[in-house]
Amino acid sequence: MIEEKFDAIVVGAGMAGNAAALTLAQRGLKVLQLERGEYSGSKNVQGAILYADMLEKLIPDFREDAPLERHLVEQRFWMMDDRSHTGLHYRSDDFNEEKPNRYTIIRAQFDRWFSQRVREAGATVLCETTVTELAQDAYGKVIGVRTDRADGEIHADVVVLAEGVNGLLGTRAGLRARPQPDKVALAVKEMHFLPRETIEARFNLRGDEGVVIEAAGTISRGMTGMGFIYANKECISLGIGCLVADFQRTGETPYGLLDRFKRHPSVAPLIEGSEVKEYAAHLIPEGGFNAIPQLFGDGWVVVGDAAQLNNAIHREGSNLAMTSGRIAAEAIFQVKSRKDPMTADNLSLYKKMLDESFVIKDLKKYKDMPALMHTQSQNFFLTYPELVSRAMQNFLRVDGTPKVEKERTTFKSFVKARSWSGLFGDAFRLARAWR
Amino acid sequence: MSIEPSVRVEDKLFYNRYLVDAGRAHIKVRPHTTPSPELLSMLKACPARCYELSDKGQVEITVDGCIECGTCRVICEASGDIEWSYPRGGYGVLFKFG
Ligand SMILES: Cc1cc2nc3c(=O)[nH]c(=O)nc-3n(C[C@H](O)[C@H](O)[C@H](O)COP(=O)(O)OP(=O)(O)OC[C@H]3O[C@@H](n4cnc5c(N)ncnc54)[C@H](O)[C@@H]3O)c2cc1C
Ligand code: SF4
Repeated sequence: MIEEKFDAIVVGAGMAGNAAALTLAQRGLKVLQLERGEYSGSKNVQGAILYADMLEKLIPDFREDAPLERHLVEQRFWMMDDRSHTGLHYRSDDFNEEKPNRYTIIRAQFDRWFSQRVREAGATVLCETTVTELAQDAYGKVIGVRTDRADGEIHADVVVLAEGVNGLLGTRAGLRARPQPDKVALAVKEMHFLPRETIEARFNLRGDEGVVIEAAGTISRGMTGMGFIYANKECISLGIGCLVADFQRTGETPYGLLDRFKRHPSVAPLIEGSEVKEYAAHLIPEGGFNAIPQLFGDGWVVVGDAAQLNNAIHREGSNLAMTSGRIAAEAIFQVKSRKDPMTADNLSLYKKMLDESFVIKDLKKYKDMPALMHTQSQNFFLTYPELVSRAMQNFLRVDGTPKVEKERTTFKSFVKARSWSGLFGDAFRLARAWR
Repeated sequence: MSIEPSVRVEDKLFYNRYLVDAGRAHIKVRPHTTPSPELLSMLKACPARCYELSDKGQVEITVDGCIECGTCRVICEASGDIEWSYPRGGYGVLFKFG
């Protein structure tokens, strides 16, 4: 048993755990951080887009030495059917600013760097250590953790659960429910390597400029899900994810879906001739506001994906993780400075502070979206993409058909597929959930 | 309907780095005679194709290629079909990129 007692133990060295451990250590608390991977990042999977603002609040000078890939100057949204895509692109030279707003990163490398900053701030970081259980006293108060090392129990005033979406500890201790099949997505992802110049030519980029593509439509075969293609310096991150419940229901295979996405005529030319160097899979919390569990209790708080703090609509997770980790640490520090005990009452400060931040405000805004996307998945991910494609093609093909007739055909195909009330209903429901 | 080439997951797993904890499977399938629908769905849903049907019609798992995504936990833990844990610290899949 490690005899010394810590002010705080942080479980996990992902985005949330690193933000929490860093903030606690910077404020002079005695912190132990435990990570099951060989190093921070060796178990983590992401797209990945990094949002500068939330990292800057933690490490203002991060641009000096963080392993960043490309800063984003362009975002593409694709609505796909089996042979086409209808795209919305936004590109602006304003994003070539001195302090860019978004970057692509490679998580295994980024987390390693982040973890180094945590160590430098004074936290004790122990990798290759899986926490197996929370230690609780007779009243259920969390007093520390048990690990798979021979050391037995380690004690602390408070445990920060930053164990990610598939966190076992919180559920084993009965502090929150295990993730549900209709509230988490399974994403599979590959890393495609190509020469730098090839990537820049194919994506219309100069220097460290970057672009990301988000894609939805028939590629998910009627399941609630999306694909993504992100340009890094010398590789392309490419993946697709759908709700676990949908995989279960349809019997589609994740790798089959990924393969079809890769062979799509809009995607194949982008990765042609590439060398694949990794195949990864990970869950993403998709339940949104209604899936957020109890966030604090006697001797514990939960942050990041473990608390379902993930904005699936905007594909933001790491920034919510970093922010919740930082805010939890700030709340703990305030309780500690007042010399108050780490009770649920005192730690409720964390929730109060989180409610005031963009994290909860954004999730609240979209609280009805996950359910709508799931119940209407056939329409949003099959019917509409096919209709839009047909409409576009009809519009663009010049074949002597009078335009009035073309428009009539398009309208008819929409009404036939969804009926007027269906169309209005979908539009209304979407608008309401978006509001 | 075009015929799709089958995807070989084994080839994909070959790209990855693993440190296998020999003799200590982190996921176990509970002995059964007839597999539950949840367990059967894992034959398709596992991204590393760790689940297979035995000659006797039971679902078996080989965890060597597991990417620790947790999908089988989400689908099968509640029904008691499997026991799910993380590998011992340092073992399992080791992402270079993630
Ligand atoms: C395919 C994909 C694409 C994504 N794209 C984006 C994107 O572009 N932008 C974005 O902002 N977000 C994205 N996300 C979401 C983002 O990755 C997560 O929101 C974020 O990583 C959550 O951080 P976290 O610290 O809560 O969890 P994680 O980063 O998952 O970290 C959890 C850590 O805890 C460790 N751990 C777990 N259990 C234990 C234990 N018992 N003992 C010891 N250690 C333990 C794990 O090894 C891990 O290091 C994406 C996610 C996926 C899967
Ligand atoms: S955790 Fe994921 S990869 Fe591992 S066996 Fe379960 S479903 Fe397959």
